Amino acid sequence: MTSPVLLEIRDLRKGFPGVQALAGANFNVQRGEIHALMGENGAGKSTLIKVLTGVHSRDAGEVRFDGQSIEPRAPVQAEALGISTVFQEVNLIPHLSVAENITLGRQPRRFGFIDWRRVRESAQAAIARLGLSLDINRELCSYSVATQQMIAIARAINLDAKLLILDEPTSSLDEKEVDELFVVMNRLRSQGLGIVFVSHFLEQVYRICDRITVLRGGQTVGEYVTADLPRIDLIAKMLGKEPADIESMEAATAAAHHQDAITLEKGEHNPPVLQVNQYSRQGSIQPFDLSIRKGEVVGLAGLLGSGRTEIARLLFGLDSPSSGSLSVDGVHHSRWTPRRAIEAGIAFCPEDRKVDGVIAELSVRENIVLAMQANRSVVRTLPMKKQLALAQHYIDALQIKTPSTETAVGTLSGGNQQKVLLARWLVMSPKLIILDEPTRGIDVGAKAEIESLVASLRSEGMAVIFISSELDEVVRTCQRVTVLRDQQVVGELTGDDVQENRIMEMIASSHE
Amino acid sequence: MSDASPNSTDRQSGNSKSALTRFFGSRITWPVLGLAVVLLFNAIFIPSFFTLEVRDGQLYGSLIDVLNRGSIGVILAMGMTLVIATGGVDLSVGSVMAISGAIAALILTETQLGMLGIVPCVLFAALAAGLMNGVLVAYLKIQPIIATLILMVSGRGIAKFITGEKIITVGDDSYNFYFDFIGKGHLFGLPFTVTLFVTLFAVTSLFVRMTSLGLFIESVGANETASRASGIHDKGVKIAVYVFAAFCAVIAGLIDASNINAADTMNAGVFTELDAIFAVVVGGTALTGGRFSLTGSLIGAMLLQTLMTTLYTYGVPSDVAPVPKSLVIVAVCLLQSPVFRGQLQRLAGKGGGR
Repeated sequence: MTSPVLLEIRDLRKGFPGVQALAGANFNVQRGEIHALMGENGAGKSTLIKVLTGVHSRDAGEVRFDGQSIEPRAPVQAEALGISTVFQEVNLIPHLSVAENITLGRQPRRFGFIDWRRVRESAQAAIARLGLSLDINRELCSYSVATQQMIAIARAINLDAKLLILDEPTSSLDEKEVDELFVVMNRLRSQGLGIVFVSHFLEQVYRICDRITVLRGGQTVGEYVTADLPRIDLIAKMLGKEPADIESMEAATAAAHHQDAITLEKGEHNPPVLQVNQYSRQGSIQPFDLSIRKGEVVGLAGLLGSGRTEIARLLFGLDSPSSGSLSVDGVHHSRWTPRRAIEAGIAFCPEDRKVDGVIAELSVRENIVLAMQANRSVVRTLPMKKQLALAQHYIDALQIKTPSTETAVGTLSGGNQQKVLLARWLVMSPKLIILDEPTRGIDVGAKAEIESLVASLRSEGMAVIFISSELDEVVRTCQRVTVLRDQQVVGELTGDDVQENRIMEMIASSHE
Repeated sequence: MSDASPNSTDRQSGNSKSALTRFFGSRITWPVLGLAVVLLFNAIFIPSFFTLEVRDGQLYGSLIDVLNRGSIGVILAMGMTLVIATGGVDLSVGSVMAISGAIAALILTETQLGMLGIVPCVLFAALAAGLMNGVLVAYLKIQPIIATLILMVSGRGIAKFITGEKIITVGDDSYNFYFDFIGKGHLFGLPFTVTLFVTLFAVTSLFVRMTSLGLFIESVGANETASRASGIHDKGVKIAVYVFAAFCAVIAGLIDASNINAADTMNAGVFTELDAIFAVVVGGTALTGGRFSLTGSLIGAMLLQTLMTTLYTYGVPSDVAPVPKSLVIVAVCLLQSPVFRGQLQRLAGKGGGR
């Protein structure tokens, strides 16, 4: 009889230059359970997973897997042992077929050639194991992101995996897709797989996980049975705070929100900072009107693909419109580009910060001064002293965790990269800042920080466009919410009407 | 006004790493070591390599020869570094050299304008060539390797057209002191080409680091879309680097033509673009763009020239010389790769019976 314990990590340690990422972490996973690994940015979740899967080597500690001590040196070795990982970003090849993607690198061969019949059989079996039905001969990219994620899981478990690690698997999925994923996860659990689930969505963790391990500062805070750990306690343990603190924090946001309605009425007479009329872009967003005043936070709510990001990109000039007009401070602009938008005092933190946001190779300092420098002419360089002072100021103000101002941004955690990006724009003191999913992929603590930052920017008179798929966040942060569905603006909510259920009603009611 | 930035040329400083990590992590360590190894080889096997003679107040010797002959490589590498840092490559510099030489020879033999005619004409040629490459890459989004291949192939044709498909020799009747001086003159006891490349290196280094051009180039090379979203004029930056690369190429072309007193469109600048790319890569700038090091490229170009001169001095026929040259390039590139060094360390660890 095999022991129920599948994975046992004891006192794991791993340091990077300037950071001790893991300082004695423990972690146990049993067969046939879904185990959540929770923690703030920099708690050591990613490092733990990377050591476990052989991406990084460890400094000290023991990892026992399936009854024996292991030390994989590369992901391939970890996979051979039965540890498979599916990452947030789908790491598959878009233009190969589903079957090829599932079997890539380990295709069955006959006489040295790929045995296509067995490739298809094996892929079909992997798909069937997840209870999915799809055409394995179609190109991967013809399927939705959610399905691609399932295919990635199918690929992972096709290796006779005993342990499946899912790192933020749901962050690009909508609710229905999450449900589908959970069905698959439950199925795998009943087959005796151990599943490690890393997610920032508390809701989902409570829905699917049997047990929770909390990491903080590279150490294990504790291991809990999900049902016995109230949410407020979990958050408290992740943040290293008392539950009472968090309740008062929540009360404060509620009070602030109440205040909003009053200030909003006062601001009614302010002229709009940005106004668009019948703005549209063929194939991505139907004509819409939008105006935003000084000191106002306007939310864009809707499901994934409803046109939120498309609006943001149009407003910042990253895409060009097919129709409509745009004016900033009453001045009409016709050829709208990011350069002009920045000149006019608009800033944009994009959804995909790795592609459109930070420049991973450059240092924290260079990333922070980049927009300001670009807005000056090439020869009017900011003096190094000023650059360092600016960078240091925002590192302190936003509590960016970085070893130095000269560290490459790519080495920081997601939440800290997001803060660097925010700093780049705050340096410019913009009139309007567009935040597209600013809290995506970052932990609870940093989320709260960003929410309170938005509130303080607003009180300084900045206008904010806030996009988030988490409705509670939208409701807490915004005074006005524009609701979108299927590339169309379907309505607007203001003041006391800004409530989660009203937004959901609005998204749902337009389904005829 | 105290608007000058202190010491911004050295970007590695300010890191709190240990001296040893910084030494092995620095991108110019390996080309410097490579150069040292080649010089050491010479010190042992060809001691005469280091002999310097003073004749008529001017220095002569193999080392001076390296500096003189290496000047074209260094100058091309300066332009190539900035192009590569934006994630591009410029294959046309050899052909632009030929065009530049052809223009100079034609003006000297057919007109009385001298340098007054040559300078504006080659500058115009540089601008035209750079704009063509830059616009193809930045606006028409053609892969840089293809975009510049167009001028690489057609440029030599243009040069031939200028010279009328023959070698134009700048004879005694069309002798011009200034033109002659570019390739064969001496200044401060050294060949004038040395002054030329040192000045170009110094001015370029200072300019890209004192202004924010260097930052913009690295930013565009590292992440083009994010740079655009930060308000950087990414297309302008790209066009600027291709124009600069063409500018370096016409200077190199003048040196070459002055050296041989002729415009030989078939042979001028052949394969120099590849040497320049080698120098940049050996110097530690990645072909994928981003961080760059002009100092690294300078040392890289010098390493290549020292190697070639050594091989010739040692009596290796010029047909065979590229083979040992490529071996050295491979060695330096491997040593620069953190992956390879990691594997070496692991092997060493195993060998030591850990």
